[in-house]
Amino acid sequence: MKTRWQTIAIWFVCMAAGYGIIYAGEMTGVVDTFIENMLVMMGINIILAVSLNLIVGFSGQFSLGHAGFMAIGAYATGIMTQTESTFAGLIFSMITGIVITIVIALIVGVPTLRLKGDYLAIATMGAAEIIRLTANNLKITNGPAGLYNIPQLATWPLVYIMMCLTIIIVANFVHSKTGRAIRAVRNDELAATAMGINATKYKLMAFVMGASLAAVGGSLYASYLQSIAPSNFNIMESVSILIIVVLGGIGSITGSVIAAVVLGAIDTILQNFGSLRMVIYAVMLIVIMIAKPSGLMGRREFSIGKWLAKRTAKKQAAAES
Amino acid sequence: MQIFMQQLINGLSLGSIYALLALGYTMIYGIVKIIHFAHGDVYMLGAFFGYYTINVWHFNFIMALFSSMIFCALVGMLIEFVAYRPLRHSSRIAVLITAIGVSYFLENGMSVLFSGDTRDFPQVIKQVNYEWFGIRVTNVQLLIFVTTIILMIVLQLIVKKTKMGRAMRAAAADPVAAELMGININGTISFVFAIGSAMAGAAGVLIGLYYNSIEPTMGLTPGIKAFVAAVVGGVGSIPGAAVGAVIIGCLESLMQAIGFSAFKDAAVYVVLIIVLLFLPAGLFGNKQPEKV
Repeated sequence: MKTRWQTIAIWFVCMAAGYGIIYAGEMTGVVDTFIENMLVMMGINIILAVSLNLIVGFSGQFSLGHAGFMAIGAYATGIMTQTESTFAGLIFSMITGIVITIVIALIVGVPTLRLKGDYLAIATMGAAEIIRLTANNLKITNGPAGLYNIPQLATWPLVYIMMCLTIIIVANFVHSKTGRAIRAVRNDELAATAMGINATKYKLMAFVMGASLAAVGGSLYASYLQSIAPSNFNIMESVSILIIVVLGGIGSITGSVIAAVVLGAIDTILQNFGSLRMVIYAVMLIVIMIAKPSGLMGRREFSIGKWLAKRTAKKQAAAES
Repeated sequence: MQIFMQQLINGLSLGSIYALLALGYTMIYGIVKIIHFAHGDVYMLGAFFGYYTINVWHFNFIMALFSSMIFCALVGMLIEFVAYRPLRHSSRIAVLITAIGVSYFLENGMSVLFSGDTRDFPQVIKQVNYEWFGIRVTNVQLLIFVTTIILMIVLQLIVKKTKMGRAMRAAAADPVAAELMGININGTISFVFAIGSAMAGAAGVLIGLYYNSIEPTMGLTPGIKAFVAAVVGGVGSIPGAAVGAVIIGCLESLMQAIGFSAFKDAAVYVVLIIVLLFLPAGLFGNKQPEKV
């Protein structure tokens, strides 16, 4: 019990310290608009990658449709905050986006989650494209031109808090009873079913939860960047989120966070290379994947709780001997 | 009725192009079980190589088609050797990410080398229109049908009648057992990539003639559509890929004809999801019993 509270306290201090460092940077001018933009995009990518990791890594469902759910959140915020441009309006639009996403994720998930592997990937990709093409053709979403002049209500502290909340929610979820069931289904669906786990229910749960967190990421994206267009949410966006997850390690939240930060930093550095940027990025992607196919972290996690438990165990062993 | 038939003809030409691409997808997926994401970019390279040979070396159509097929076959083997072979025994998502990396590399590399502009494809064949009962067919469209059909028959013969084809089928069915029987798996996989990429190269030259314009990002959308076609037809089945591609091509043209051109891509994905739900193995795929 003591280690548990210690763990929570240490994590809280870490998160507060992260906030403090960025805040100090903002105050002293080290973090200018350019770097702030980079940090916010990293934060949003962490939200998206961690939520996709819940689907791909922990429940083992290969989804290529994350950008579609992100688009729903983004458009909900883009449309609603234009009439109600207050902070409450942003939160309300975020909740609306989540609710719509849950409904759509259920509609998409119930039939398609019967599929496996690459077939599921193609089906979810198709579903995301249908969402994007709908946004491309509706009047309320302003067609291919998209929405602009969205009030900038999401600032970096909000993105930071949402990022921390997402990580806390997902990390606790995968270690809960439900999370164990989800991982059991990933490891062996047949054995899990034999133990009385309703595989479809748990797969759907992970899928809907991941999708609704993606909607939060989309909301923040729309509100921070102030303009969105359907082309922001195409297959390539889903792919770039998947790249973060795979590079970090499928099934490792720590990995997703590290990969989002590393890729964000690389992307910023490569801005100086102009048109060669994507070529270098592509070569790096191939080289990293060939060198380390399981991603940077594999399935390992950085866990303060385990570290503390190990330390106390060592101390006890030392005291006994 | 006339408009319907006209759109059907246009759909068939588009479907033939998709079919050539889908054949590569279906064979490669059948043997190595990876989504060859860069296949659409091989098709783009084929179109650019055709552009180059016609403009610089003044090749005629047949020469350009063959040289482009050979060039793409080499590119396909190179991609397999560099990007996929080291990952033969890794997780499939890792291979998918390298495939995406290759795709980014080819697209952006071409943009850097030749600029991202759209360019006109040289018209080596003078366009002639034929009219039958008010339906217009151009000689380019006929050329696309004929080339596609010939290439598909050749492919079917290779797969069904030759020793290499038997090795391909064996490796697709059970790679380990095939290797134990003395089949050179690496050689066979290389050969499949060569044939599949050659088909994509042919499709690239044909689309250049048909649409008149090429650009470095032209491979993305047809690549995805062709993969959808391969899945609809049943992955691993050559007639399935052809039928799936024709269905997708015609569906697109018909959606355009009835005034829903904005939703033609959405319709393709709706059909994909419906087919996957009711026939998970595709129209012509053999349904495999679930492994326990």
